Amino acid sequence: MPSVMIRRNDDGGLLFYVAKKDMEETIAAVEHDSAEQWGGEVELTDGSRWYIDPISPPPAFPTTLRFKRVEG
Amino acid sequence: MATLSREEAQALIQEVLEVYPDKAKKDRAKHLAVNDPSIDQSKKCITSNRKSQPGVMTIRGCAYAGSRGVVWGPVKDMIHISHGPVGCGQYSRGGRRNYYVGLTGVNSFGTMNFTSDFQERDIVFGGDKKLDKLISEIETLFPLSKGISVQSECPIGLIGDDIEAVSKKKGKELNKPVVPVRCEGFRGVSQSLGHHIANDAIRDWVLHRRDTDNSFEQTPYDVCITGDYNIGGDIWPSRLLLEEIGLRVVAQMPGDGTVSEMELIPKVKLNLVHCYRSVNYLARHLEEKYGIPWMEYNFFGPTKIAESLRKIAARFDETIQANAERVIEQYRAQYEAVIAKYRPRLEGRKVMLYVGGLRPRHVIGAYEDLGMEVVGTGYEFAHNDDYDRTIKEMGDATLLYDDITGYELEEFVKRVRPDLIGSGIKEKYIFQKMGIPFRQMHSWDYSGPYHGYDGFSIFARDMDMTVNNPCWSMMQAPWLKSAADDSSAMAASA
Repeated sequence: MPSVMIRRNDDGGLLFYVAKKDMEETIAAVEHDSAEQWGGEVELTDGSRWYIDPISPPPAFPTTLRFKRVEG
Repeated sequence: MATLSREEAQALIQEVLEVYPDKAKKDRAKHLAVNDPSIDQSKKCITSNRKSQPGVMTIRGCAYAGSRGVVWGPVKDMIHISHGPVGCGQYSRGGRRNYYVGLTGVNSFGTMNFTSDFQERDIVFGGDKKLDKLISEIETLFPLSKGISVQSECPIGLIGDDIEAVSKKKGKELNKPVVPVRCEGFRGVSQSLGHHIANDAIRDWVLHRRDTDNSFEQTPYDVCITGDYNIGGDIWPSRLLLEEIGLRVVAQMPGDGTVSEMELIPKVKLNLVHCYRSVNYLARHLEEKYGIPWMEYNFFGPTKIAESLRKIAARFDETIQANAERVIEQYRAQYEAVIAKYRPRLEGRKVMLYVGGLRPRHVIGAYEDLGMEVVGTGYEFAHNDDYDRTIKEMGDATLLYDDITGYELEEFVKRVRPDLIGSGIKEKYIFQKMGIPFRQMHSWDYSGPYHGYDGFSIFARDMDMTVNNPCWSMMQAPWLKSAADDSSAMAASA
């Protein structure tokens, strides 16, 4: 369950940064992304998938959250 | 020689790796790659930030070097104690040429060495009491110092001294920041972890000190420069440019920086990051906690400077944007004259680089402005995010090498035969003896500054001075020269 820092890049997209792994990827899709909640399953551009319980109301970025890796 | 094709470059890497035993070969192969600018993720082609192979010659430093030497060292009005045996501090003293303004020994301490000089009994009985006493002595001798940092050397972590407790106590007593930094040399694989630890120490012990104090007058144009180490005076032309476009540089860190400036960083509107590798941790923290956006910029060579100035100005209003255009225009005559003078002398020359944190990619633009081509580049201690940024800057089928060993670099150079190599002092004399012009690019070979338009003219002069130095035609002893060489030399001098 790594701590992940989510921030916006210059184009307004979301970046997924894991400090321990020096991993910085763009988020391709978020399961729940609405005015009420944010989270669920998150897919990155490199194909890996991560999970976080939906947060309500959506957090203000940048922020650090704990994600779980989705197996399979 | 001609530029290598992709296949030739691959074959060269294979050939160089041939001498290693199987296991080492497998490991080293991951660190050497042929660049393909169409790849957007470096992890597909290169591995970095891994432990070096035992037995090879590497030029990496340690976490202590990354913290004491790089990030904390240039903060001029603090005293940085090399806590542990005397050698680490003494042998690394003053090597980076971080220039500063101030009276050394009175209100600035950049080139001085402070150490707790551990002896056997400090290892056996612990060094906390000594540290306590040392800090009091410093306060008596140098009352104008604005803070103290305790930079741990290896033994501190091994014997388990509680430097945090001592620092907290002394900090309260002196009413100054006393910062314990757990940058023991054995941590991590290179100096890179030292940068991270130092960033975390700044975050935990310095940044928040003025959070509740709003007396500082802010303007919408406040910016800070982070990650510029003022090597040979680099930060001064950079700062000048930013001020000319109408921004107010509130803080510069760490080059020629002070504690008070570091405390003001949370009050700025935009954080300008020069060396991404060594301060990105701090930039991310500032963004998360204080909402300060950060951006990377590059002040090497007119093309990149103009690009960066426009990018910075785009974050502000029209006045700043107009100013940026005016400043670029204002310097046009100056840099065009430099290019007109040196480009014909340097056109088409090939460069290989192997340096530290940001230069293997940042100086590429400056070389290209002079018509030179970078055919190989690599970092000592980069992580993959640095290579992500490098791949786009480099041409197709150029060499990328991570934590390259002395042997590999020599073999590459023998084959590629570049016209100039930029690397560190340990490589300098080997390559000069091979007859290849060399610049020591860690501290600009005792020259500089290289940033900004003013720095570019010095950069161009230095490169010309090195590449076109008459000594390179005298590499062969006179009695070994053939008659043909002699007659052509006579003809040339006649």
